[in-house]
Amino acid sequence: MKFTGTDKYVATDDLQMAVNAAITLQRPLLIKGEPGTGKTLLAEEMASALGMRLIPWHIKSTTKAQQGLYEYDAVSRLRDSQLGDEKVKDISNYIVKGKLWEAFEADEQVVLLIDEIDKADIEFPNDLLLELDRMEFYVYETQQFVRANKRPVIVITSNNEKELPDAFLRRCFFHYINFPDHDTMKHIVDVHFPGIQQQVVRDALEVFFDVRKVPGLKKKPSTSELIDWLKLLMADELSAKMLQEKDTSSALPPLYGALVKNEQDVHLLQKLAFMARRRS
Amino acid sequence: MLIDFFLEVRRAKVPASLREFLDLLEALQNRLAFANMEEFYYLARVCLVKDERHFDKFDRAFQVYFEGIQNLDDLMEALIPDDWLRAEFEKQLTDEEKAKIDSLGGLEELIETFKKRMEEQEERHEGGNRWIGTGGTSPFGANGYNPEGFRIGQKKGRHGRAVKVWEKREFRDLDDSLTLGIRNIKVAMRRLRKFARQGAADQLDMDDTIRSTARNAGYLDLKMVPERHNAVKVLIFFDVGGSMDPHVRVCEELFSAARMEFKHMEYFYFHNFIYESVWKNNIRRMNETISTWDILNKYTPDYKVIFVGDASMAPYEISHPGGSIEHWNEEAGATWFQRLSDHFRKVVWLNPLPESYWGTGGSMGMTRQLVNDHMYPLTLEGLESAMKQLSK
Repeated sequence: MKFTGTDKYVATDDLQMAVNAAITLQRPLLIKGEPGTGKTLLAEEMASALGMRLIPWHIKSTTKAQQGLYEYDAVSRLRDSQLGDEKVKDISNYIVKGKLWEAFEADEQVVLLIDEIDKADIEFPNDLLLELDRMEFYVYETQQFVRANKRPVIVITSNNEKELPDAFLRRCFFHYINFPDHDTMKHIVDVHFPGIQQQVVRDALEVFFDVRKVPGLKKKPSTSELIDWLKLLMADELSAKMLQEKDTSSALPPLYGALVKNEQDVHLLQKLAFMARRRS
Repeated sequence: MLIDFFLEVRRAKVPASLREFLDLLEALQNRLAFANMEEFYYLARVCLVKDERHFDKFDRAFQVYFEGIQNLDDLMEALIPDDWLRAEFEKQLTDEEKAKIDSLGGLEELIETFKKRMEEQEERHEGGNRWIGTGGTSPFGANGYNPEGFRIGQKKGRHGRAVKVWEKREFRDLDDSLTLGIRNIKVAMRRLRKFARQGAADQLDMDDTIRSTARNAGYLDLKMVPERHNAVKVLIFFDVGGSMDPHVRVCEELFSAARMEFKHMEYFYFHNFIYESVWKNNIRRMNETISTWDILNKYTPDYKVIFVGDASMAPYEISHPGGSIEHWNEEAGATWFQRLSDHFRKVVWLNPLPESYWGTGGSMGMTRQLVNDHMYPLTLEGLESAMKQLSK
């Protein structure tokens, strides 16, 4: 069972290692990183890649550790007692299972996501030490022992708003998701929006030459606007390296690859190039 | 696509995340901005910037990037393959013109020369793009292919609009690296609030009452709790005199804001660095000093400690016994500071000098090391980071 990212999620090598280590050694995996680097998404994608069910537990500032285990719904019991309901005699009717219980009691292995653990009270992680370590807890009201059938894969995310206690950290594997570098970003964009550049460039050309009515566009751009626009869209491909190389023949393929898909596009570009030169 | 742009924006310290960038791409895919730089500017700003204090930084980044794009003109031209041009040219040229071209050695050769010229220009870098076309001696200017001449990436005219939106930088004032006002300080300090219940139980706790009444099988069982209040305790040490004089105003603001915000706040003054004594009254500071030991013994480790000073002095004032410029100190300032930072769990240093002046050497470097690099500039942003550190 190895996690290598999914078709929707780009996992760098170090992240893959962290995930696989956590799965193999059955330790909770603590994920930190800047907002928007896909911490929460990781758990979702892990679950889908490993074919497991995901049990998310989103932490808020008011969340207590106990709520993850179980809650005793005393208010319902009070109401039932006043209505004379028979249920009232059995306290286990009023024990509401928490996410941890749900994960422990599942027959198959599941992925448990404890999302944004740093939002909670500072004591929150300490209250879960034993539960995460041994994967078991005791229900006092019913004197029942809950133990994990299959140790769930636990992913914990933190935005670093509070420091986590050392005792807690010792029990986890830790990975910091770095902000993606240029290449990884490119990869991520490709995964999310395949061919977006070609599509946008093509729309622009087609609108400009009135080839096709592209829905949602107000007006036809002027030549200079169009050229600025194309430059903006393609600036990444025209990197500084190419500028230095000056060998246009080697620079051409990536550029046109980015720009055009078929004959039609080439023709439009030809026309535009010519107009651009003539205009002054 | 646009990855460099995004990285440029982040380099300008606009805290945009990957998700926001993907939002921008999605917006482009849905053609919200189309072939119009101004639209793109607004769209990018809507997607990437989530606080008006970052508008200015965003504008600057946009300007840098956009200028870079303008400079791509030359390259774009060079990258357009020859046969495209030729095909279109030949459609347009009259026979007479074609003959003229032939006399110059044929179209192919002309394009070759043109390319070489381009390269030369790039090597020379500046002033290059006016070279072709206006030089008069160049075949591209004088005998151009068509009556309008061969025009390459001349910036004026094409982009000759008046000042662009992002160049106006209307949001300059809101950048939070600028000086603070007292309200801003209070807002920043509010981060440090930590509500706790202390004292006598005098408020009805509804939740607990319901819970315990229910547990009691319906017999009312009242539960009380103490009132909630800000339990944060703060010690502030102000550097006074000498190089701190220009910063008096901002220190005063900080002081009065802190006074209003914290129930438990104590302040002390020192000069340049902390030694065996501090004082609370600047006029009688020679006579009424308070021993630093007393402070260590009196205040519990959960007090948050804030030093305010420019940390600019001779390095020996920190490192050596007897280094103080005002009196003979038996023990070095660093020793005293270490004692304080060992005792109190959270210590930060606020520096009224701009971060760019700090450097890593001399007294500044030593102080930064002593506070474990928790030195922050006395700006809104710096104050917020400091409060965040203190409240962790």
